[in-house]
Amino acid sequence: MSPDLVVHGVEWTVKELFVYPNEFIYWSIQIVMYPYMTGLVAGAFVLSSLYHVFDQKGLKEIAQFSLVFSLALLPVAALPLLLHLQQPTRAMGPLLTPHFTSAIAAFGIVFTTYALIVISEIWFVYRKYFVEQVEALKGKTGLSNSVTRLVYQVLTMGAYDIGDKAVAIDKKAAKILAGVGIPVACFLHGYAGFIFGSVKANALWMSPLMPVIFIMSAVVSGIALCMLTYIVIMEWRAFQSRRSASEATKIHGAEKEVIFEAKRYLLGFLVAAISLELLDLIFRGYTAMKSWDILRSVMYGRDFVNIFFLQYTLGNLVPFVLLLLPKLTIKRTVVALILVLFGVFMMRWNVVIGGQAFSLSFSGYMHYHIPVIPHSMETFKEGLFGALTVAAIPFLLFSVINKFVPSLRSR
Amino acid sequence: MTCSRRQFLKDTATTTLAAALPVSTMVFLTPGELKAAVEDKKTRWTFLVDTNKCVGCGMCVKACKLENEIPYDSPVTRTWVERYVITKDGEAHIDSPLGGRDGFIDDKIRDEVIDPKDITKAFFVPKLCNQCENAPCVQVCPVGATYQTEDGVVLIDRDWCIGCGYCIMACPYGVRFFHPVTKTADKCNFCYHRTSKGLEPACVQACAFDARKIGNLKDPDDPVAKTIATKRVAVLKDEYGTKPHVFYLGLDENVR
Amino acid sequence: MKNHVLRPLWLAVGLVILVMIARHFMVPDDFGVHGDSFTYNYYRLSNVDEWKEFPVKYQGRERCAKCHEENSQSISDSRHKKIQCESCHGPAAGHPREVKKLVIDSSREQCLRCHALLEYPNSRRGMMKGIDPDTHKSKFECKKCHDPHNPNLEDR
Repeated sequence: MSPDLVVHGVEWTVKELFVYPNEFIYWSIQIVMYPYMTGLVAGAFVLSSLYHVFDQKGLKEIAQFSLVFSLALLPVAALPLLLHLQQPTRAMGPLLTPHFTSAIAAFGIVFTTYALIVISEIWFVYRKYFVEQVEALKGKTGLSNSVTRLVYQVLTMGAYDIGDKAVAIDKKAAKILAGVGIPVACFLHGYAGFIFGSVKANALWMSPLMPVIFIMSAVVSGIALCMLTYIVIMEWRAFQSRRSASEATKIHGAEKEVIFEAKRYLLGFLVAAISLELLDLIFRGYTAMKSWDILRSVMYGRDFVNIFFLQYTLGNLVPFVLLLLPKLTIKRTVVALILVLFGVFMMRWNVVIGGQAFSLSFSGYMHYHIPVIPHSMETFKEGLFGALTVAAIPFLLFSVINKFVPSLRSR
Repeated sequence: MTCSRRQFLKDTATTTLAAALPVSTMVFLTPGELKAAVEDKKTRWTFLVDTNKCVGCGMCVKACKLENEIPYDSPVTRTWVERYVITKDGEAHIDSPLGGRDGFIDDKIRDEVIDPKDITKAFFVPKLCNQCENAPCVQVCPVGATYQTEDGVVLIDRDWCIGCGYCIMACPYGVRFFHPVTKTADKCNFCYHRTSKGLEPACVQACAFDARKIGNLKDPDDPVAKTIATKRVAVLKDEYGTKPHVFYLGLDENVR
Repeated sequence: MKNHVLRPLWLAVGLVILVMIARHFMVPDDFGVHGDSFTYNYYRLSNVDEWKEFPVKYQGRERCAKCHEENSQSISDSRHKKIQCESCHGPAAGHPREVKKLVIDSSREQCLRCHALLEYPNSRRGMMKGIDPDTHKSKFECKKCHDPHNPNLEDR
């Protein structure tokens, strides 16, 4: 067979016992990244909305940051899908001829709608700042100044009125968008759950609980990532200011009250997510349909460590205890947050890869060996480095966006 | 402008949400193309597999691959033959090396030697696309790149498929795969280019044992339609509600 | 329009218009619902004809018989009468014009597809005349003794 005749999936699938000839792990690491990243987007947005809509004042600082961070995460929610398409040049297809009986067809529409809401909200929140910047840079010379000013001019979209009345309107608009954004964010992600939950051919995926489970764990992971990034950035700044050290410029690290407030929401959603997942598991075992034999052998056998140790124990139970124990410190929070993020990632992994760990014939298994060292475009895209690329981009984007839309206080 | 501020905000919110919808709803609003709905269709291609007759020579798989330009040495295939060997302990030993392309010439199953004395029954089951009436693969295609033709066959538009793999995931029978050359979803289409010229599908023609037949369910005089109407036939995995149109004679409960 | 609140909306409208324009130029005219269901009949109509034009490879024994009357007759009189010519001689597309000579598969493996002995009870395969490939003249091609067009040695 000539080397260009790559059969998609052969590279990383190892079959055991009887598996249909055409079965391979077609949905690999990028499809694990897709719900993980959309989950982070949705979660980050929900966290920011808690402040904007429900007036949770304790969250103000982190809310501003979450909102901008969710914008940085946004393009990356679509990137894994683009990377896994066999015909990436036809990626616009679902917008051109959407076949709405497919759960995937609405992705472009929901995604764009959501993106517009996030962008609009940020615009309303920061318009005053944009206008101020344009004014401040007026008359200043130098190329970088004039370029920066031009960027801000574009960002104002020509709306320069920053009178009290106009700013009040901005606030109200932002609040409404934050409100509308919550259901849309949940839809964007719950719908990622629907993509899996509605596949009747897959015994592990098919469950009406799937979308709800996805939303809950999405909020958990989104809050966790925002808290984590917030803590890291603030502590880094505090560390730097301590080093440069004149008393006057000294800044504090992360605000404990902010962290503790966000933590409460994190725990609430975590409990909801775990309860639903366990309900799903118990129900499958109790009803013991035809597929249960093979599902049991996958869950309690082959994937036991992945599911019960890495996901439930290390990713859920341990951070839960860490966050609940008294005298919570920032360090302990960081450890717990990393574990939570890992736990949600494992949940996505166990759903996407676990759902393809057994044959449709229920008589065989498939093992996924993630390509580590890429030796072709395909093994890069659908390998470890492809996933790491996807994971790194939001942070790069955030550092760029945050230059123009400062979301963290610099006292 | 006399419109209230509240009204503006409301508009912004609702229209942003609905912004992209009108584009797509237009699709529903073209009933002009809903032709031939009332008119009775004349053909419904149907397949009949007699598992009693199959000897596992794999000539059908070979013919299919050559006829349909599926790279011969790649593991993917539009049709395949499964071997079931049931032993006294009730266990089913199943295999389909290379989809049965080279026939079953070895009595070992995955290097396991099975003593002929332990075998209670053994048989071969050819598999192919079921051309389901309620095809889940078609339902989930996000772009309309796979569809059911008037005569019941499900086709794939190689120029429109985006290669997302959702249809592959949605098929309970595992008949779909990514074509290694076109990089689009692929599967059996009952040799649409042959049936539309009055020829039999390549696998049917290649079968020397009459184990595979194609027929028109709408034609009462069609031999296959008659068999399905008068004999006890079964389909695969009917619990998925897909209404498959490949019927089997002599289907064993062990068949997956 | 004095109020600035609607500006993000223009962005949205602009996007929608952009997609509409893209649709106009990129979606073929014959794309739509061709049949009674949006679920199953939403497609590009000309694709059906594209599939119909896919080249046929296997021609069938009737076409072979037009020129190769004698060979066609000999196998028809034998127990191999059900086997298509092209099963061994290969698909005859382009023959004889572009492809002068077809390559015949007369390997042992070809015969063993049916005649490797598999002792399967209640199976038609178990009833086939079979041999153990390792012990039955393993060094020779089958056709050395058995003529594929008239395989039964006793019939000769």
